[in-house]
Amino acid sequence: MIEWVNSILQGVLTGGLYALFATGLAIIFGVMRLVNITHGDFIVLAAFVALVVVEGTGVGPFISLIAVIPIMAVFGYVLQRGVLNPTLGPDLLPPLLVTFGLSIVIQNLLLEVFSADSQRLKIGAFETLSINLTEDLAVGVFPLIIFVTAVVLIFAIQAVFNRTSLGRAFRATSDDPVTAQLMGIDHRHVYGLAMALALVLVAIAGVFLGVRTNFDPSVGPSRLLFAFEAVIMGGLGSLWGTLAGGIILGVAQNIGAKIDPGFQILAGHIAFLVVLAIRPNGLFPRTRDD
Amino acid sequence: MIEATAQGRYSVIRSTRASRGGAVAGIVLLLFLAAAPWWADRATMRLLVEIFYILALAQMWNLLAGYAGLVSVGQQAFVGLGGYMLFALAIFTPVGAAWSIPLAGLIGAVVSLPVAFLVFRLRGHYFAIGTWVVAEVFLLGFAQIQTLGGGSGISLPVSVVRDIAASRSGRDAVIYLVALAVVICIIAIVYGLLRSRHGLALTAIRDSEEASASLGVDNFRAKLMIYIFVAFGTTAIGALIFLTKLRISPAAAFDINWTTTVIFIVVIGGIGTIEGPIIGTLIFFLLREPLAQFGTWYLILLGLVAVVIMLKAPQGIWGLVAERWDLRFFPVQRRLRFEPPD
Repeated sequence: MIEWVNSILQGVLTGGLYALFATGLAIIFGVMRLVNITHGDFIVLAAFVALVVVEGTGVGPFISLIAVIPIMAVFGYVLQRGVLNPTLGPDLLPPLLVTFGLSIVIQNLLLEVFSADSQRLKIGAFETLSINLTEDLAVGVFPLIIFVTAVVLIFAIQAVFNRTSLGRAFRATSDDPVTAQLMGIDHRHVYGLAMALALVLVAIAGVFLGVRTNFDPSVGPSRLLFAFEAVIMGGLGSLWGTLAGGIILGVAQNIGAKIDPGFQILAGHIAFLVVLAIRPNGLFPRTRDD
Repeated sequence: MIEATAQGRYSVIRSTRASRGGAVAGIVLLLFLAAAPWWADRATMRLLVEIFYILALAQMWNLLAGYAGLVSVGQQAFVGLGGYMLFALAIFTPVGAAWSIPLAGLIGAVVSLPVAFLVFRLRGHYFAIGTWVVAEVFLLGFAQIQTLGGGSGISLPVSVVRDIAASRSGRDAVIYLVALAVVICIIAIVYGLLRSRHGLALTAIRDSEEASASLGVDNFRAKLMIYIFVAFGTTAIGALIFLTKLRISPAAAFDINWTTTVIFIVVIGGIGTIEGPIIGTLIFFLLREPLAQFGTWYLILLGLVAVVIMLKAPQGIWGLVAERWDLRFFPVQRRLRFEPPD
């Protein structure tokens, strides 16, 4: 019994990381109606940027965020303005195929530069530190930090969207870019900022990913699928829903792994397909996706 | 069809000079290709077989994405399913390998129904990623089936291989001719479909979903039919692919590269035309032969070219050619010619 409670608890904590993956994807879709197929590769790219910073300067992975966050944010802004903005329009095909092409390019560039070897960001003894809740139940300090960070960031992003003038510009552009332009908002700039904000989350998620698990250039697409499943299960337009979606995915994977290690990823996908069959708009929808 | 009115005579033209000339050249080319077992060496025939099945896959994806607007990045689900159905039919039933190909296609069409039930709930971009999840589920699911080799894969039994033809050169010839037949059937069906009433509906959907709906096209039904038909074709092609490989594993069968390659080919060649995938496939193989030694750089180059084409010339190479010289070898459109009264 206690092992199952443990599985579910670990699943909830893993869900925090998936929610971080997913929040960036949700922002990009929410503001520009763009589904970023490169998202998983961005996360892996951020992990590799952190690896370079850590190995180059000798600082720890968390300190490296001081460099990784601005690098990823600027990269996001430039990419959005230079490459992705021109693809946006009534036709769905160009943004989809351009982000798909970029995904292949980033994966293979990383492969060329860093080889297919597994990498890890190390934080020393902190990695395995845990708190005993009861005699048989313990939670890792680091997974707990990831989860709390995810909750705090989602709270902060909600505040940005609801209470700041930047958030108002995001919402206005999302609702109607043409009218927003009439009000003096440069939608191209706003899209650039939204991508930069999303890539700030990607930078944090990438470093967490790199500390928690081994990574190599090929793991991006599966992170994209986890992020996507969390967004759809939670329901579009709701960041708290995205957190719930991430948690459901994490719990399903951990329960699957408990039954048979081969079922871990499969169980997550099946949970997603079940939610899709029963509640196609997700569990906590706020907007429709059309 | 000629319609006479007081203002003059209208006629609907469906063929072009290029298409009539192209048809003659096409028949000559087909005869030449069909005779390959008598003039080509083993390596050339293997390369041609690969070109045939990649071209067939490209035509299927083009029909799905270019005409029905269903951009799937999960077609490897059906490629792999086809491969596994070939192995299952060949190992557990007395059906011969050649007949397994259309049978696998039928199984693919049946399987595509519940898949469509799920992924059609996702719109636009989300549809694309949803199809990818389904492909992953197929991969992980087939890795659990121990009688089909589980995660490590399985080889086609020697008795089945011997059944195809007794000698190695005989097998090569049979597989080559089957592959040629498959790609000809696929192109002929796509061409026939696009020239029919349904093709007109699909072209309308491609150009504007709202407009086609307002003209009485049932968009959902047309898309579903295309999805099922493409699943049929892709699964059959998957069976053919793994007939040439004689070995299957989940990682090879459900490899995203089946879809990636085809997407690049269609985008570079020209999406939404029949000629585009042909041009794209030729370019892909022409560049691959000299560039394959650069490995990942070749993929990076292809990805960048596809991105640039999508940004600067989304109609692709064939789109530019067709526009510039008004050239069409597979005319699917109807043109109105007007002759004023004498």
